[in-house]
Amino acid sequence: MAPLPDLTSRMQTDDLTARMASIGARVEAARARLIAMHRAAGLGHLGGNLSCIDILTVLFHAVLREDDRFILSKGHSAGALYVALWSIGTLDDDALATFGRDDSLLTGHPCGQGVPGVLFPTGSLGHGPSLAAGLALAAKHRGSDRRIHCLCSDGEWQEGSCWEALAFAVHHRLDNLTLIVDQNGLQGFGRVDEVVGGPPLRDRVAAFGARVVVGDGHAARSIAGALGAHLDGRPTVVVMNTVKGRGTAWEDQLESHYLPPGSDDSSGGPQREDRHA
Amino acid sequence: MTPAAGRNVKTAMRERFASEVIARFSADPECFFLTVDVGFMALEGVRDAFGARFINAGVAEQNLIGVAAGLAREGCRVFCYSIASFLYARPFEQIRNNLAFTGLPVCLVGNGGGYAYGHMGPTHHALEDAAVMHALGVRVQVPAFDDDIPAIIGGIEAPTYLRLGRDHAPPTWPGMDYAPWRRVLAGTRGVLVALGPLAGVALRALGGLACDARPAVWAATDLDADSAPGRLWEELAGNTVFVIEEHAAAGGLGMVLGHAMARRRIAAKRFVHRHAIMPPDGRHGSQAFHWARCGFDEAGILAMINEP
Repeated sequence: MAPLPDLTSRMQTDDLTARMASIGARVEAARARLIAMHRAAGLGHLGGNLSCIDILTVLFHAVLREDDRFILSKGHSAGALYVALWSIGTLDDDALATFGRDDSLLTGHPCGQGVPGVLFPTGSLGHGPSLAAGLALAAKHRGSDRRIHCLCSDGEWQEGSCWEALAFAVHHRLDNLTLIVDQNGLQGFGRVDEVVGGPPLRDRVAAFGARVVVGDGHAARSIAGALGAHLDGRPTVVVMNTVKGRGTAWEDQLESHYLPPGSDDSSGGPQREDRHA
Repeated sequence: MTPAAGRNVKTAMRERFASEVIARFSADPECFFLTVDVGFMALEGVRDAFGARFINAGVAEQNLIGVAAGLAREGCRVFCYSIASFLYARPFEQIRNNLAFTGLPVCLVGNGGGYAYGHMGPTHHALEDAAVMHALGVRVQVPAFDDDIPAIIGGIEAPTYLRLGRDHAPPTWPGMDYAPWRRVLAGTRGVLVALGPLAGVALRALGGLACDARPAVWAATDLDADSAPGRLWEELAGNTVFVIEEHAAAGGLGMVLGHAMARRRIAAKRFVHRHAIMPPDGRHGSQAFHWARCGFDEAGILAMINEP
Protein backbone atom coordinates (compact mmCIF):
# COMPACT_ATOMS: atom_id res chain seq x y z
CA MET A 1 0.00 0.00 0.00
CA ALA A 2 1.57 3.31 -1.07
CA PRO A 3 1.86 6.09 1.50
CA LEU A 4 -0.95 8.59 1.57
CA PRO A 5 -0.17 11.93 -0.07
CA ASP A 6 0.40 14.92 2.16
CA LEU A 7 -2.22 17.43 1.12
CA THR A 8 -1.41 19.95 3.85
CA SER A 9 -2.25 23.45 2.78
CA ARG A 10 -2.20 25.37 6.03
CA MET A 11 -1.58 29.06 5.85
CA GLN A 12 1.73 30.10 7.37
CA THR A 13 0.91 32.61 10.06
CA ASP A 14 2.09 33.32 13.55
CA ASP A 15 -1.08 35.14 14.48
CA LEU A 16 -2.91 33.03 17.04
CA THR A 17 -6.00 35.18 16.68
CA ALA A 18 -6.18 34.49 12.98
CA ARG A 19 -5.56 30.80 13.55
CA MET A 20 -8.27 30.63 16.18
CA ALA A 21 -10.82 32.25 13.92
CA SER A 22 -13.67 29.88 13.21
CA ILE A 23 -12.10 27.30 15.51
CA GLY A 24 -15.45 26.54 17.07
CA ALA A 25 -16.94 25.64 13.71
CA ARG A 26 -13.86 23.61 12.87
CA VAL A 27 -14.18 21.62 16.07
CA GLU A 28 -17.85 20.87 15.49
CA ALA A 29 -17.18 19.90 11.91
CA ALA A 30 -14.43 17.58 13.06
CA ARG A 31 -16.66 16.00 15.69
CA ALA A 32 -19.38 15.34 13.15
CA ARG A 33 -16.90 13.97 10.65
CA LEU A 34 -15.43 11.69 13.32
CA ILE A 35 -18.80 10.21 14.22
CA ALA A 36 -19.67 9.70 10.58
CA MET A 37 -16.34 8.03 9.88
CA HIS A 38 -16.69 5.63 12.77
CA ARG A 39 -20.27 4.85 11.80
CA ALA A 40 -19.25 4.07 8.26
CA ALA A 41 -16.41 1.85 9.44
CA GLY A 42 -18.34 0.21 12.25
CA LEU A 43 -15.36 0.63 14.55
CA GLY A 44 -15.49 1.42 18.26
CA HIS A 45 -13.27 3.44 20.61
CA LEU A 46 -15.40 6.42 19.71
CA GLY A 47 -15.69 7.67 23.30
CA GLY A 48 -11.98 8.35 23.73
CA ASN A 49 -11.87 9.87 20.27
CA LEU A 50 -14.64 12.31 21.09
CA SER A 51 -13.00 13.38 24.33
CA CYS A 52 -9.90 14.56 22.47
CA ILE A 53 -11.14 15.79 19.10
CA ASP A 54 -11.31 19.37 20.39
CA ILE A 55 -7.74 19.15 21.62
CA LEU A 56 -6.47 17.71 18.36
CA THR A 57 -8.34 20.20 16.20
CA VAL A 58 -6.96 23.15 18.11
CA LEU A 59 -3.51 21.59 18.20
CA PHE A 60 -3.31 21.09 14.47
CA HIS A 61 -4.99 24.33 13.46
CA ALA A 62 -3.52 26.76 15.93
CA VAL A 63 -0.53 25.34 17.79
CA LEU A 64 1.64 23.00 15.75
CA ARG A 65 4.08 24.72 13.45
CA GLU A 66 5.39 23.18 10.26
CA ASP A 67 8.46 21.67 11.88
CA ASP A 68 6.91 20.53 15.14
CA ARG A 69 6.25 16.90 16.01
CA PHE A 70 3.18 15.17 17.37
CA ILE A 71 2.76 11.71 18.83
CA LEU A 72 -0.60 10.15 19.60
CA SER A 73 0.31 7.98 22.56
CA LYS A 74 -3.33 7.06 23.20
CA GLY A 75 -3.35 5.24 19.91
CA HIS A 76 -6.94 4.06 20.23
CA SER A 77 -7.90 7.65 19.33
CA ALA A 78 -6.48 7.18 15.86
CA GLY A 79 -9.81 8.16 14.35
CA ALA A 80 -9.60 11.56 15.97
CA LEU A 81 -6.07 11.99 14.67
CA TYR A 82 -7.08 11.12 11.14
CA VAL A 83 -9.99 13.56 11.29
CA ALA A 84 -7.73 16.28 12.67
CA LEU A 85 -5.41 15.67 9.73
CA TRP A 86 -8.44 15.85 7.45
CA SER A 87 -9.41 19.10 9.09
CA ILE A 88 -6.15 20.75 8.06
CA GLY A 89 -6.22 19.22 4.60
CA THR A 90 -3.53 16.58 5.09
CA LEU A 91 -5.98 13.74 4.43
CA ASP A 92 -9.01 13.87 2.18
CA ASP A 93 -12.42 12.22 2.26
CA ASP A 94 -11.22 9.37 0.06
CA ALA A 95 -8.57 8.54 2.61
CA LEU A 96 -11.01 8.69 5.52
CA ALA A 97 -13.30 6.36 3.63
CA THR A 98 -10.64 3.66 3.96
CA PHE A 99 -10.62 3.83 7.76
CA GLY A 100 -10.89 0.34 9.13
CA ARG A 101 -11.07 -1.22 5.67
CA ASP A 102 -8.89 -3.94 4.25
CA ASP A 103 -5.53 -2.85 2.88
CA SER A 104 -5.87 0.59 4.44
CA LEU A 105 -3.16 2.59 6.17
CA LEU A 106 -5.79 4.17 8.43
CA THR A 107 -5.85 1.41 10.97
CA GLY A 108 -7.72 1.42 14.27
CA HIS A 109 -4.48 2.38 16.02
CA PRO A 110 -1.83 4.21 13.98
CA CYS A 111 0.35 1.78 12.10
CA GLY A 112 3.11 4.34 11.79
CA GLN A 113 3.55 3.97 8.08
CA GLY A 114 2.46 6.04 5.15
CA VAL A 115 0.34 8.63 6.96
CA PRO A 116 1.89 12.12 6.88
CA GLY A 117 2.87 13.30 10.33
CA VAL A 118 2.43 9.93 12.01
CA LEU A 119 5.91 8.93 13.15
CA PHE A 120 5.42 5.73 15.14
CA PRO A 121 2.95 2.89 15.49
CA THR A 122 1.09 3.47 18.73
CA GLY A 123 -1.72 1.64 20.39
CA SER A 124 0.02 -0.01 23.27
CA LEU A 125 -0.24 2.59 25.99
CA GLY A 126 2.78 4.10 27.62
CA HIS A 127 5.13 4.34 24.66
CA GLY A 128 4.51 7.87 23.49
CA PRO A 129 6.16 9.88 26.25
CA SER A 130 9.51 8.15 25.72
CA LEU A 131 9.31 8.51 21.97
CA ALA A 132 8.49 12.16 22.41
CA ALA A 133 11.35 12.58 24.83
CA GLY A 134 13.71 11.16 22.26
CA LEU A 135 12.44 13.55 19.62
CA ALA A 136 12.77 16.43 22.04
CA LEU A 137 16.29 15.40 22.97
CA ALA A 138 17.30 15.34 19.32
CA ALA A 139 15.86 18.83 18.83
CA LYS A 140 17.71 20.18 21.85
CA HIS A 141 20.91 18.54 20.70
CA ARG A 142 20.69 20.34 17.38
CA GLY A 143 19.70 23.67 18.84
CA SER A 144 16.38 23.54 17.03
CA ASP A 145 13.30 25.36 18.35
CA ARG A 146 11.12 22.47 17.27
CA ARG A 147 8.41 21.59 19.79
CA ILE A 148 7.09 18.14 20.50
CA HIS A 149 3.56 17.40 21.65
CA CYS A 150 2.33 14.02 22.83
CA LEU A 151 -1.29 13.17 23.66
CA CYS A 152 -1.89 10.54 26.34
CA SER A 153 -4.93 9.21 28.09
CA ASP A 154 -5.34 9.46 31.85
CA GLY A 155 -5.52 5.70 32.41
CA GLU A 156 -2.33 5.43 30.38
CA TRP A 157 -0.43 6.98 33.26
CA GLN A 158 -0.84 3.75 35.13
CA GLU A 159 1.95 2.49 32.87
CA GLY A 160 5.30 2.82 34.60
CA SER A 161 6.95 3.75 31.36
CA CYS A 162 5.18 7.11 31.40
CA TRP A 163 6.87 7.97 34.66
CA GLU A 164 10.22 6.77 33.36
CA ALA A 165 9.83 9.13 30.46
CA LEU A 166 8.71 12.04 32.61
CA ALA A 167 11.62 11.64 35.00
CA PHE A 168 13.99 11.53 32.05
CA ALA A 169 12.43 14.60 30.45
CA VAL A 170 12.64 16.58 33.67
CA HIS A 171 16.21 15.56 34.28
CA HIS A 172 17.27 16.51 30.76
CA ARG A 173 15.34 19.79 30.86
CA LEU A 174 13.27 19.03 27.81
CA ASP A 175 11.15 22.17 27.94
CA ASN A 176 10.37 21.74 24.27
CA LEU A 177 8.20 18.77 25.22
CA THR A 178 4.51 18.96 26.10
CA LEU A 179 2.66 15.91 27.32
CA ILE A 180 -1.09 16.38 27.05
CA VAL A 181 -3.39 14.23 29.14
CA ASP A 182 -6.92 13.66 27.95
CA GLN A 183 -8.43 13.32 31.41
CA ASN A 184 -11.91 11.96 30.79
CA GLY A 185 -11.99 9.89 33.95
CA LEU A 186 -12.89 6.61 32.32
CA GLN A 187 -10.71 3.73 31.21
CA GLY A 188 -11.22 0.24 29.81
CA PHE A 189 -13.07 -1.40 32.64
CA GLY A 190 -13.98 1.26 35.12
CA ARG A 191 -13.48 4.81 36.24
CA VAL A 192 -9.86 5.78 36.54
CA ASP A 193 -10.09 6.68 40.21
CA GLU A 194 -11.80 3.37 40.96
CA VAL A 195 -9.24 1.25 39.14
CA VAL A 196 -6.08 2.92 40.42
CA GLY A 197 -6.80 5.84 42.71
CA GLY A 198 -4.42 8.09 44.53
CA PRO A 199 -3.52 11.75 44.41
CA PRO A 200 -4.64 13.71 41.36
CA LEU A 201 -2.48 13.17 38.34
CA ARG A 202 -1.69 16.86 38.18
CA ASP A 203 -0.14 16.68 41.64
CA ARG A 204 1.87 13.58 40.87
CA VAL A 205 3.41 14.96 37.69
CA ALA A 206 4.16 18.19 39.48
CA ALA A 207 5.97 16.21 42.15
CA PHE A 208 8.15 14.77 39.40
CA GLY A 209 9.21 18.27 38.49
CA ALA A 210 7.06 18.97 35.46
CA ARG A 211 5.41 22.26 34.77
CA VAL A 212 1.69 21.58 35.04
CA VAL A 213 -1.22 23.33 33.35
CA VAL A 214 -4.84 22.33 33.85
CA GLY A 215 -7.54 23.30 31.42
CA ASP A 216 -10.88 22.58 29.84
CA GLY A 217 -10.39 20.14 26.99
CA HIS A 218 -13.58 21.26 25.29
CA ALA A 219 -12.91 25.01 25.35
CA ALA A 220 -10.78 25.97 22.38
CA ARG A 221 -9.20 29.03 23.94
CA SER A 222 -8.36 27.13 27.10
CA ILE A 223 -6.70 24.48 24.97
CA ALA A 224 -4.74 26.95 22.90
CA GLY A 225 -3.60 28.84 25.95
CA ALA A 226 -2.46 25.69 27.71
CA LEU A 227 -0.47 24.44 24.74
CA GLY A 228 1.53 27.55 24.09
CA ALA A 229 5.30 27.44 24.35
CA HIS A 230 6.84 28.03 27.75
CA LEU A 231 10.56 27.51 27.90
CA ASP A 232 11.66 27.43 31.51
CA GLY A 233 13.74 24.28 31.57
CA ARG A 234 10.85 22.00 32.45
CA PRO A 235 8.69 19.76 30.28
CA THR A 236 5.03 20.67 30.48
CA VAL A 237 2.18 18.35 31.34
CA VAL A 238 -1.16 19.75 30.26
CA VAL A 239 -4.05 18.03 32.01
CA MET A 240 -7.18 18.62 30.00
CA ASN A 241 -10.49 17.84 31.67
CA THR A 242 -12.74 16.20 29.12
CA VAL A 243 -15.84 14.11 28.72
CA LYS A 244 -15.64 10.68 27.20
CA GLY A 245 -18.14 10.34 24.39
CA ARG A 246 -18.69 14.08 24.28
CA GLY A 247 -21.61 14.99 22.08
CA THR A 248 -23.39 11.62 22.19
CA ALA A 249 -25.88 9.89 24.42
CA TRP A 250 -22.97 7.88 25.85
CA GLU A 251 -21.27 10.84 27.49
CA ASP A 252 -19.24 9.78 30.51
CA GLN A 253 -20.24 6.14 30.11
CA LEU A 254 -17.90 3.18 29.95
CA GLU A 255 -19.69 1.85 26.87
CA SER A 256 -18.43 4.78 24.86
CA HIS A 257 -14.90 3.35 25.02
CA TYR A 258 -15.88 0.39 22.92
CA LEU A 259 -19.08 0.86 20.95
CA PRO A 260 -19.23 2.36 17.47
CA PRO A 261 -22.07 4.77 16.70
CA GLY A 262 -25.51 3.27 16.36
CA SER A 263 -24.64 -0.18 17.58
CA ASP A 264 -26.96 0.10 20.61
CA ASP A 265 -30.37 1.37 19.59
CA SER A 266 -31.52 1.38 23.19
CA SER A 267 -28.91 3.93 24.27
CA GLY A 268 -30.41 6.90 22.60
CA GLY A 269 -27.08 7.31 20.93
CA PRO A 270 -28.25 7.65 17.36
CA GLN A 271 -30.47 10.61 18.20
CA ARG A 272 -27.63 12.61 19.74
CA GLU A 273 -25.23 11.64 16.97
CA ASP A 274 -27.67 12.67 14.28
CA ARG A 275 -27.78 16.14 15.78
CA HIS A 276 -24.09 16.51 15.05
CA ALA A 277 -23.89 14.48 11.81
CA MET B 1 35.77 -17.37 36.99
CA THR B 2 35.20 -17.86 33.28
CA PRO B 3 35.32 -21.36 31.84
CA ALA B 4 38.86 -21.08 30.52
CA ALA B 5 40.38 -18.65 33.00
CA GLY B 6 44.09 -19.06 33.38
CA ARG B 7 44.41 -20.41 29.85
CA ASN B 8 45.17 -17.23 27.93
CA VAL B 9 41.56 -16.13 27.62
CA LYS B 10 41.25 -12.61 26.35
CA THR B 11 39.31 -9.89 28.08
CA ALA B 12 35.57 -9.73 27.54
CA MET B 13 34.31 -8.59 24.19
CA ARG B 14 32.89 -5.47 25.71
CA GLU B 15 36.38 -4.03 26.02
CA ARG B 16 36.91 -4.45 22.31
CA PHE B 17 33.44 -3.13 21.64
CA ALA B 18 34.12 -0.06 23.76
CA SER B 19 37.40 0.71 22.05
CA GLU B 20 35.87 0.27 18.61
CA VAL B 21 32.84 2.39 19.29
CA ILE B 22 35.10 5.14 20.62
CA ALA B 23 37.38 4.96 17.61
CA ARG B 24 34.59 4.91 15.06
CA PHE B 25 31.78 6.94 16.51
CA SER B 26 32.79 9.15 19.41
CA ALA B 27 33.54 12.03 17.05
CA ASP B 28 30.25 11.64 15.18
CA PRO B 29 28.14 14.55 16.40
CA GLU B 30 24.97 12.62 15.66
CA CYS B 31 25.90 9.42 17.49
CA PHE B 32 24.45 8.75 20.94
CA PHE B 33 25.43 6.03 23.40
CA LEU B 34 22.76 5.18 25.95
CA THR B 35 23.00 2.91 28.96
CA VAL B 36 20.65 2.02 31.78
CA ASP B 37 22.94 2.45 34.74
CA VAL B 38 25.23 -0.32 33.56
CA GLY B 39 28.87 0.09 32.62
CA PHE B 40 30.87 0.53 35.79
CA MET B 41 34.47 -0.41 35.09
CA ALA B 42 33.58 -0.84 31.43
CA LEU B 43 32.14 2.27 29.85
CA GLU B 44 34.07 5.07 31.51
CA GLY B 45 36.11 5.54 28.36
CA VAL B 46 33.00 5.68 26.22
CA ARG B 47 31.43 8.16 28.59
CA ASP B 48 34.46 10.42 28.46
CA ALA B 49 34.75 10.18 24.68
CA PHE B 50 31.09 10.81 23.88
CA GLY B 51 30.57 13.62 26.37
CA ALA B 52 26.99 14.92 26.34
CA ARG B 53 26.05 12.25 23.83
CA PHE B 54 26.66 9.55 26.44
CA ILE B 55 23.48 9.27 28.47
CA ASN B 56 22.92 7.10 31.50
CA ALA B 57 19.15 6.91 31.26
CA GLY B 58 18.85 5.29 34.66
CA VAL B 59 17.13 2.06 35.60
CA ALA B 60 14.44 2.41 32.97
CA GLU B 61 14.79 0.08 30.03
CA GLN B 62 11.44 0.87 28.45
CA ASN B 63 12.25 4.53 28.35
CA LEU B 64 15.70 3.70 27.00
CA ILE B 65 14.25 2.15 23.89
CA GLY B 66 11.64 4.85 23.37
CA VAL B 67 14.20 7.62 23.63
CA ALA B 68 16.52 5.72 21.31
CA ALA B 69 13.72 5.37 18.78
CA GLY B 70 12.97 9.07 18.99
CA LEU B 71 16.61 9.96 18.42
CA ALA B 72 16.92 7.50 15.57
CA ARG B 73 13.75 8.81 14.00
CA GLU B 74 15.49 12.16 13.71
CA GLY B 75 18.46 10.56 12.00
CA CYS B 76 20.81 10.00 14.94
CA ARG B 77 22.92 6.87 15.24
CA VAL B 78 22.14 5.19 18.55
CA PHE B 79 23.72 2.44 20.65
CA CYS B 80 21.79 1.09 23.64
CA TYR B 81 23.81 -0.90 26.16
CA SER B 82 22.90 -3.07 29.08
CA ILE B 83 23.30 -6.49 30.56
CA ALA B 84 21.79 -8.74 27.91
CA SER B 85 19.03 -10.15 30.09
CA PHE B 86 17.78 -6.64 30.90
CA LEU B 87 18.07 -5.25 27.43
CA TYR B 88 15.75 -7.50 25.49
CA ALA B 89 13.26 -8.71 28.07
CA ARG B 90 11.91 -5.73 29.99
CA PRO B 91 11.49 -3.45 26.97
CA PHE B 92 10.44 -6.19 24.57
CA GLU B 93 7.31 -4.35 23.47
CA GLN B 94 9.22 -1.13 22.93
CA ILE B 95 11.75 -3.01 20.80
CA ARG B 96 8.91 -4.63 18.91
CA ASN B 97 6.72 -1.60 18.29
CA ASN B 98 9.28 1.17 18.13
CA LEU B 99 12.25 -0.51 16.47
CA ALA B 100 11.19 -3.69 14.71
CA PHE B 101 8.01 -2.20 13.25
CA THR B 102 9.76 0.98 12.17
CA GLY B 103 13.08 -0.46 11.02
CA LEU B 104 15.02 2.20 12.89
CA PRO B 105 18.72 1.15 12.92
CA VAL B 106 19.31 1.23 16.65
CA CYS B 107 22.03 -1.14 17.88
CA LEU B 108 21.05 -2.93 21.08
CA VAL B 109 24.21 -4.14 22.80
CA GLY B 110 23.60 -6.88 25.32
CA ASN B 111 26.62 -7.72 27.40
CA GLY B 112 27.00 -11.17 28.83
CA GLY B 113 24.73 -13.31 26.72
CA GLY B 114 24.10 -16.88 27.72
CA TYR B 115 25.35 -17.89 31.16
CA ALA B 116 28.07 -15.25 31.26
CA TYR B 117 26.82 -13.80 34.53
CA GLY B 118 27.01 -17.27 36.07
CA HIS B 119 26.76 -16.98 39.83
CA MET B 120 24.57 -13.88 39.59
CA GLY B 121 21.71 -16.28 38.95
CA PRO B 122 19.07 -16.93 36.32
CA THR B 123 17.64 -13.41 36.24
CA HIS B 124 20.97 -12.30 34.80
CA HIS B 125 21.22 -15.02 32.18
CA ALA B 126 20.13 -14.39 28.59
CA LEU B 127 19.13 -17.75 27.16
CA GLU B 128 16.26 -16.95 24.81
CA ASP B 129 17.38 -13.50 23.69
CA ALA B 130 18.48 -14.42 20.19
CA ALA B 131 15.24 -16.25 19.48
CA VAL B 132 12.89 -13.53 20.61
CA MET B 133 14.82 -10.80 18.86
CA HIS B 134 15.02 -12.89 15.72
CA ALA B 135 11.30 -13.49 15.88
CA LEU B 136 10.78 -9.73 15.70
CA GLY B 137 12.90 -9.43 12.62
CA VAL B 138 15.68 -7.71 14.52
CA ARG B 139 19.08 -8.65 13.15
CA VAL B 140 20.79 -10.89 15.71
CA GLN B 141 24.57 -10.77 15.80
CA VAL B 142 26.57 -13.02 18.12
CA PRO B 143 30.26 -12.36 17.47
CA ALA B 144 32.55 -15.33 17.89
CA PHE B 145 35.80 -13.41 18.24
CA ASP B 146 36.86 -9.94 19.30
CA ASP B 147 37.96 -9.24 15.75
CA ASP B 148 34.35 -9.63 14.57
CA ILE B 149 33.30 -6.48 16.39
CA PRO B 150 34.58 -3.82 13.97
CA ALA B 151 32.83 -5.32 10.97
CA ILE B 152 29.59 -5.80 12.84
CA ILE B 153 29.26 -2.34 14.35
CA GLY B 154 30.36 -0.75 11.12
CA GLY B 155 27.42 -2.27 9.27
CA ILE B 156 24.37 -1.38 11.36
CA GLU B 157 21.57 -0.60 8.92
CA ALA B 158 18.59 -2.11 10.65
CA PRO B 159 17.46 -2.76 14.23
CA THR B 160 20.22 -4.96 15.58
CA TYR B 161 20.75 -7.03 18.72
CA LEU B 162 24.44 -7.50 19.41
CA ARG B 163 25.13 -10.16 22.02
CA LEU B 164 28.58 -9.77 23.56
CA GLY B 165 30.41 -12.67 25.17
CA ARG B 166 34.05 -13.56 25.44
CA ASP B 167 36.58 -14.58 22.80
CA HIS B 168 37.68 -18.14 23.58
CA ALA B 169 39.83 -18.77 20.55
CA PRO B 170 43.14 -20.40 21.46
CA PRO B 171 46.17 -18.14 21.18
CA THR B 172 47.45 -20.30 18.35
CA TRP B 173 44.46 -19.57 16.14
CA PRO B 174 45.55 -17.17 13.39
CA GLY B 175 42.21 -15.48 13.05
CA MET B 176 39.97 -15.03 10.04
CA ASP B 177 38.20 -12.20 8.28
CA TYR B 178 34.68 -11.70 9.52
CA ALA B 179 31.78 -13.35 7.81
CA PRO B 180 28.37 -14.03 9.33
CA TRP B 181 28.88 -17.76 8.84
CA ARG B 182 32.38 -19.14 8.24
CA ARG B 183 34.27 -22.36 8.59
CA VAL B 184 36.97 -21.90 11.18
CA LEU B 185 38.35 -25.43 11.33
CA ALA B 186 38.53 -28.15 8.70
CA GLY B 187 37.42 -31.65 9.60
CA THR B 188 35.89 -34.70 8.00
CA ARG B 189 33.94 -36.35 10.83
CA GLY B 190 30.75 -34.36 10.48
CA VAL B 191 30.02 -30.67 10.81
CA LEU B 192 29.81 -28.72 14.07
CA VAL B 193 28.04 -25.38 13.97
CA ALA B 194 28.62 -23.15 16.98
CA LEU B 195 26.78 -20.01 17.96
CA GLY B 196 29.24 -17.17 18.41
CA PRO B 197 31.84 -17.59 21.15
CA LEU B 198 31.36 -21.34 21.46
CA ALA B 199 33.27 -21.55 18.20
CA GLY B 200 36.36 -20.61 20.16
CA VAL B 201 35.61 -23.31 22.71
CA ALA B 202 35.25 -25.81 19.87
CA LEU B 203 38.60 -24.71 18.49
CA ARG B 204 40.20 -25.37 21.86
CA ALA B 205 38.52 -28.77 22.14
CA LEU B 206 39.13 -29.99 18.62
CA GLY B 207 42.04 -28.06 17.18
CA GLY B 208 44.58 -30.56 18.39
CA LEU B 209 42.90 -33.53 16.77
CA ALA B 210 43.69 -34.89 13.36
CA CYS B 211 41.45 -33.67 10.59
CA ASP B 212 39.84 -37.06 10.18
CA ALA B 213 39.16 -37.31 13.90
CA ARG B 214 37.12 -34.14 14.21
CA PRO B 215 34.19 -32.42 12.51
CA ALA B 216 34.54 -29.25 10.53
CA VAL B 217 33.71 -26.30 12.76
CA TRP B 218 31.58 -23.40 11.59
CA ALA B 219 31.07 -20.21 13.52
CA ALA B 220 27.57 -18.78 13.16
CA THR B 221 27.51 -15.11 14.18
CA ASP B 222 24.32 -14.03 12.43
CA LEU B 223 21.10 -15.86 13.17
CA ASP B 224 19.92 -15.31 9.61
CA ALA B 225 20.70 -18.64 7.99
CA ASP B 226 20.26 -17.15 4.55
CA SER B 227 23.50 -15.28 5.11
CA ALA B 228 25.40 -18.58 5.16
CA PRO B 229 27.41 -19.53 2.08
CA GLY B 230 26.43 -22.41 -0.14
CA ARG B 231 29.43 -24.35 1.03
CA LEU B 232 27.78 -24.86 4.42
CA TRP B 233 24.76 -26.57 2.93
CA GLU B 234 26.99 -28.78 0.80
CA GLU B 235 28.88 -29.90 3.88
CA LEU B 236 25.76 -30.52 5.93
CA ALA B 237 24.00 -32.70 3.39
CA GLY B 238 24.01 -36.32 4.49
CA ASN B 239 26.45 -35.59 7.25
CA THR B 240 26.42 -35.80 11.03
CA VAL B 241 25.52 -32.33 12.26
CA PHE B 242 26.41 -31.03 15.72
CA VAL B 243 24.96 -27.76 16.92
CA ILE B 244 26.13 -26.06 20.09
CA GLU B 245 24.63 -22.86 21.44
CA GLU B 246 24.59 -21.07 24.77
CA HIS B 247 20.93 -20.44 24.15
CA ALA B 248 17.65 -22.22 24.64
CA ALA B 249 16.66 -24.83 22.13
CA ALA B 250 13.48 -23.01 21.15
CA GLY B 251 14.09 -20.60 18.34
CA GLY B 252 17.86 -20.74 18.59
CA LEU B 253 20.58 -21.75 16.22
CA GLY B 254 19.58 -25.40 16.14
CA MET B 255 16.03 -24.66 15.08
CA VAL B 256 17.11 -21.96 12.66
CA LEU B 257 19.59 -24.32 11.05
CA GLY B 258 17.15 -27.21 10.98
CA HIS B 259 14.49 -25.07 9.36
CA ALA B 260 16.97 -23.76 6.81
CA MET B 261 18.08 -27.29 5.98
CA ALA B 262 14.49 -28.44 5.59
CA ARG B 263 13.73 -25.54 3.24
CA ARG B 264 16.70 -26.58 1.15
CA ARG B 265 15.70 -30.24 1.29
CA ILE B 266 18.92 -31.08 3.05
CA ALA B 267 18.84 -34.02 5.42
CA ALA B 268 21.43 -34.77 8.03
CA LYS B 269 22.52 -38.32 8.78
CA ARG B 270 22.30 -37.38 12.43
CA PHE B 271 21.43 -34.10 14.18
CA VAL B 272 22.89 -33.56 17.64
CA HIS B 273 21.91 -30.39 19.49
CA ARG B 274 23.48 -29.14 22.71
CA HIS B 275 21.82 -26.07 24.15
CA ALA B 276 21.03 -24.18 27.32
CA ILE B 277 18.54 -25.46 29.86
CA MET B 278 15.34 -23.43 29.79
CA PRO B 279 13.60 -22.82 32.13
CA PRO B 280 16.20 -23.03 34.90
CA ASP B 281 16.07 -26.40 36.63
CA GLY B 282 17.12 -25.29 40.07
CA ARG B 283 20.85 -25.89 39.83
CA HIS B 284 23.03 -22.82 39.76
CA GLY B 285 26.67 -21.93 39.46
CA SER B 286 29.37 -20.43 37.31
CA GLN B 287 29.29 -20.21 33.56
CA ALA B 288 31.70 -23.16 33.49
CA PHE B 289 29.31 -25.16 35.64
CA HIS B 290 26.44 -24.51 33.28
CA TRP B 291 28.53 -25.26 30.22
CA ALA B 292 29.49 -28.60 31.65
CA ARG B 293 25.87 -29.44 32.45
CA CYS B 294 24.80 -28.46 28.96
CA GLY B 295 27.61 -30.42 27.37
CA PHE B 296 29.30 -27.69 25.37
CA ASP B 297 32.40 -27.12 27.44
CA GLU B 298 35.59 -28.58 25.96
CA ALA B 299 35.11 -31.97 27.58
CA GLY B 300 31.49 -32.06 26.57
CA ILE B 301 32.29 -31.26 22.96
CA LEU B 302 34.87 -34.03 22.80
CA ALA B 303 32.43 -36.50 24.31
CA MET B 304 29.68 -35.39 21.95
CA ILE B 305 31.64 -35.98 18.75
CA ASN B 306 32.73 -39.39 19.95
CA GLU B 307 29.32 -40.63 20.98
CA PRO B 308 28.21 -43.61 18.89
